[in-house]
Amino acid sequence: MRMTAPVRFRDVTLGYDRHPAVHHLSGEISSGALVAVVGPNGAGKSTLLRGIAGILKPLAGSIETGGLDLRDIAYLPQTVDVDRSFPISVYDFVGTGLWRRVGLLGGMGKAVRDRIAQALAAVGLNGFENRAIGTLSGGQMQRMLFARVLLQDARLIVLDEPFNAIDAKTSADLVALLRRWHAEKRTVLAALHDMDLVRANFPETMLLARGPVAWGLTSDVLNVENLAEARRMCEAFDDSAAACAVDDLPSQAA
Amino acid sequence: MNAAATIYAALIAPFTEFEFMRRALAAVVALALGGAPIGVFLMLRRMSLVGDAMAHAILPGAAIGFLLSGLNLFAMTTGGLIAGFSVAILAGVVARSTGLKEDASLATFYLVSLALGVTIVSIKGTNIDLLHVLFGNILAMDDATLLVIASNATITLIVLAVIYRPLVIESVDPVFLRTVSRAGAPSHLAFLALVVINLVSGFQALGTLLAVGLMILPAGIARFWSRDLTAMICIAVASAFVSGYAGLVLSFQTKVPSGPAIILVSATLYVASVLFGTVGGLIRQMFPGRHLEA
Repeated sequence: MRMTAPVRFRDVTLGYDRHPAVHHLSGEISSGALVAVVGPNGAGKSTLLRGIAGILKPLAGSIETGGLDLRDIAYLPQTVDVDRSFPISVYDFVGTGLWRRVGLLGGMGKAVRDRIAQALAAVGLNGFENRAIGTLSGGQMQRMLFARVLLQDARLIVLDEPFNAIDAKTSADLVALLRRWHAEKRTVLAALHDMDLVRANFPETMLLARGPVAWGLTSDVLNVENLAEARRMCEAFDDSAAACAVDDLPSQAA
Repeated sequence: MNAAATIYAALIAPFTEFEFMRRALAAVVALALGGAPIGVFLMLRRMSLVGDAMAHAILPGAAIGFLLSGLNLFAMTTGGLIAGFSVAILAGVVARSTGLKEDASLATFYLVSLALGVTIVSIKGTNIDLLHVLFGNILAMDDATLLVIASNATITLIVLAVIYRPLVIESVDPVFLRTVSRAGAPSHLAFLALVVINLVSGFQALGTLLAVGLMILPAGIARFWSRDLTAMICIAVASAFVSGYAGLVLSFQTKVPSGPAIILVSATLYVASVLFGTVGGLIRQMFPGRHLEA
């Protein structure tokens, strides 16, 4: 596995209708890091991940992914917009993760079929190949989505609250997959709410409350004061907010 | 006359004896091959009524072509294509670049197109015979028309093969496609273009009002017999062909107009599928059989 370039935030502001949801974030996620993004609801976790995945353009500043192609980033949104009534089998759905490899017209040879079978086995979905996706339970659905991420073979993996409404067994299996990606030197970011899970598995944590409250080693970040400060954050947008003046400050000599 | 001869006279003889029936049958084969797969995707993408809207969008273009050069099939087809493409692409672009939903933006554009067409026709003030545009005439296929329909079916199958994967992925998980590829928008627009050319084919045969029928009804039928996309497409093509053939025979024997006859046969198949279909059919739902062990 090649080393990935770091993800750099350069004074980035992300939001909707000019209202910032992530405000003036700067910093760097080193390559191969396993980072938990935590914070209260409305803290901007999803927004940040959408920005990294390239779905949301920054209002100001920039996010650099060090020349990573769109297809080098695997993004699993919080509410996956899957049409579960669509007649597609688990096997074919997971196979779409190989888009980068097979593209529009590429053949699905034995090597490709083996990889799909391996990915299904890795998430514990053997025997589900021919099931229609509409028949899966919530946990099975999440396993299937992880199998697709696995096949995307991405160097940067961005997961938005992947363990919501998932039982302990399933989330333990999927966390094992996260650890495997980490061992393979892929950069992994996951938005999470379960602090115990974060403490047990994520070396690095970013505590977000519109702006970064704390960011660094998980043990340093997740203390009582930091969490209390994050909770004080005001969630609602102020409709009459003035334009942010920080951008207009005279910039210091570079 | 014995039974075999009767059946021959009813089902085969019309096609061996009359060239216009053979041409109509050829047109039906082409329409089924091109239109039915498009219909399946329209249905699965919840765009069934988009096809209907597009059929309205094409009408003024065809009318303009008719006004400019008379009953010239090429001019009418080109006019229809231009109008249809403009509406499809404008609606697609607006939906993709703003938050407006595709159906809302399409409704706007097709209404504008329709109003524009009616205005142009009324300014010209000629009492034109647009009846055959409205209702089509599958029994009057000349070489040029057949060629247009056959080419459209060929183009449809080739383009569909190319955009098949992005189209499926976009239908099932649009956000995923956006994160791995930029093929989403082009393949969606190509798909809308295929809808348009199949409607143009359809209005030569069935008229603008029914053109969408041989796309949507077979798709609806297929939905009751299979959960697999490939099988659904095959069933849709087959039922479109059966409807076309049986409709032509019905029309020949009873003097029911051919376009409506085809759609009515299709509707009969549809009703039978709703009742007896193995996937979600009403009878199957009422008598599902004993539940399984696991």
